[in-house]
Amino acid sequence: MGAETGTTWTVYDANKMTGAEIYGEVLCQLGEQHPKIVGLSADLANSTKIGKFQQKFPDRFFNVGIAEQNMFGIAAGLARSGLTPFVSTMAVFTSLRAAEQVRTDICYQNLNCKIIATHGGISFGTAGSTHQAHEDLAIMRSFPNMTVIVPADGIETANAVRACLDHPGPVYIRVGRGFEPTYYKSEDYGYEIGRAVTINEGTDLTIICCGVAVLQAAEAAAILEREDGLRVRVLDLHTIKPIDEQAVLSAVTDTRRILTVEEHSVLGGLGSAVADVIAASGKGCAFEKIGVPDQFCLVGYPEDLYAHYGLDCNGILTKVREIMGRDFEEDEDWEDEV
Amino acid sequence: MPITPEEIAELKEHAWQLRRDIIDVTEWAGGAHIGGGLSIADILVILYFKYLHIDPTQPELANRDRLIVSKGHAGVAIAPVLARRGYFSFDLLSEFNKFKSPFGMHLDSMKVKGVDASTGSLGHGLPMALGLALGARLQQQNWTTYCVLGDGECNEGTIWEAAMAASHFKVTNLITIVDRNQLMIDGPTEEVMSLEPFADKWRAFGFLVQEVDGHDFNALAGAIDYAHEQQEAPVVIIAKTVKGKGVEYMENDVKWHYGSMNSVLAHRARQSVDALYGKA
Repeated sequence: MGAETGTTWTVYDANKMTGAEIYGEVLCQLGEQHPKIVGLSADLANSTKIGKFQQKFPDRFFNVGIAEQNMFGIAAGLARSGLTPFVSTMAVFTSLRAAEQVRTDICYQNLNCKIIATHGGISFGTAGSTHQAHEDLAIMRSFPNMTVIVPADGIETANAVRACLDHPGPVYIRVGRGFEPTYYKSEDYGYEIGRAVTINEGTDLTIICCGVAVLQAAEAAAILEREDGLRVRVLDLHTIKPIDEQAVLSAVTDTRRILTVEEHSVLGGLGSAVADVIAASGKGCAFEKIGVPDQFCLVGYPEDLYAHYGLDCNGILTKVREIMGRDFEEDEDWEDEV
Repeated sequence: MPITPEEIAELKEHAWQLRRDIIDVTEWAGGAHIGGGLSIADILVILYFKYLHIDPTQPELANRDRLIVSKGHAGVAIAPVLARRGYFSFDLLSEFNKFKSPFGMHLDSMKVKGVDASTGSLGHGLPMALGLALGARLQQQNWTTYCVLGDGECNEGTIWEAAMAASHFKVTNLITIVDRNQLMIDGPTEEVMSLEPFADKWRAFGFLVQEVDGHDFNALAGAIDYAHEQQEAPVVIIAKTVKGKGVEYMENDVKWHYGSMNSVLAHRARQSVDALYGKA
């Protein structure tokens, strides 16, 4: 339930509407209550679904044409003038083409600019590497002042878009192409920026994931309990930065085995952020990352690519069983490391 | 706002002071972008001491005019003019470039009062200024946004992205001034990457163009007044300037894009500026 708007996205809504459409709808609701919200896009108003906001508030929307660097510069100026810009284009153009404007114009000046980056990861897999974005989280989380969020689905996107309004400064919300299946049944699960959601309790191993991997991990956890008798904790770590250190540290001490799953390169994204926390804790922990390997991706529909790179339920099952099969508990040093 | 002879005399005093200040700060900083600082000195003086509606005691005043100096390397000129206008003490500039100083060669809007945008990476100022202008229009505020560009900076594609958008959105509360000093780091603009026909390029992008002597307060005032009157299209003022203006040995010499002076050169620089303003 969106307390501010009185609107609830039921699973029915989510099935009818893509995640991106829900984002467009939520932004329209927020636009009614907050006259300072303005929207920007770079010839992708329809693809990114910010076009809904444009239809409703044509005077508060700027389509700058195919000019992403200019768009983020303009957004910085609009924010500087006291407005709250929501900027939407594809993740690849946000994090690469316009990276310097995002860093220097927006983050350096800590401006209240909200970025909704669509077509994140390999969700636009058929488009090839020019349009795939599996480096964006690594880039965005390296910018000081930036908050980085990867919602699990449309419902969490709705929560994130609402929450970012009360979260001053630049926020990067990364969504897919908009056709991803939904995990959450309603908005009512206590979403909070910077706080991981425990969607399954467990003590044998923790899967820390974000984005489309959340639904896959939840399904894998159910199968592992049924077929393997394993109790697997699943954390939806939707906020990559600032990271929920406590949730990661609890996973280290409670389960001693951590697997991260993300639709991103294994370099620099969620897995790396989690690894930093584990390493700094000084505690021993079995640790594996699932993600896109350090290479440009194949072309294909996202489901095929997720299966290929092991990001789907089967891939997660295989990796969890592999980790559980290791006999590091027999290692006499193990107890000292924990 | 036609300019009076008394105003011009007063602005000349400020310009003399600013050029002396730029030399001081360059010395204290151990080197600075002095050539391009001196070339926009008169533009900064006429904006800060005649046109900008600002209140240094309230640097974040909502309806103040905004100025983005997109050629952020001119920090050596902007910081002293802000000090003389009353934002902070001029003495603070002795810390320029020093460890933990708020003043680096490209000024940080989060640390230096009166700076409306952190610039330095070229090509970023005009898009941000356009955002400010659109923001003012949307909020029905009548303040003006000024943007000062370097000419070499106009090699950057984002300048033309913003120019295209400014004219598309019919933005008339934005006044762009280009410091046309004809030099960039590697040499004359027309040798490194030619800009001419420069005025025609701006016209083709939908701008009304004024070409004036960027060191002549009367001409600058006429162009800025003209820009304020236009209601149909954005205006760019191409201010023809001399890089290093006021220090004879630096003028039109590419090697003074960035430089440092020993005490002998600094002394000669001050003598040269004093001579220009009849203070010798």
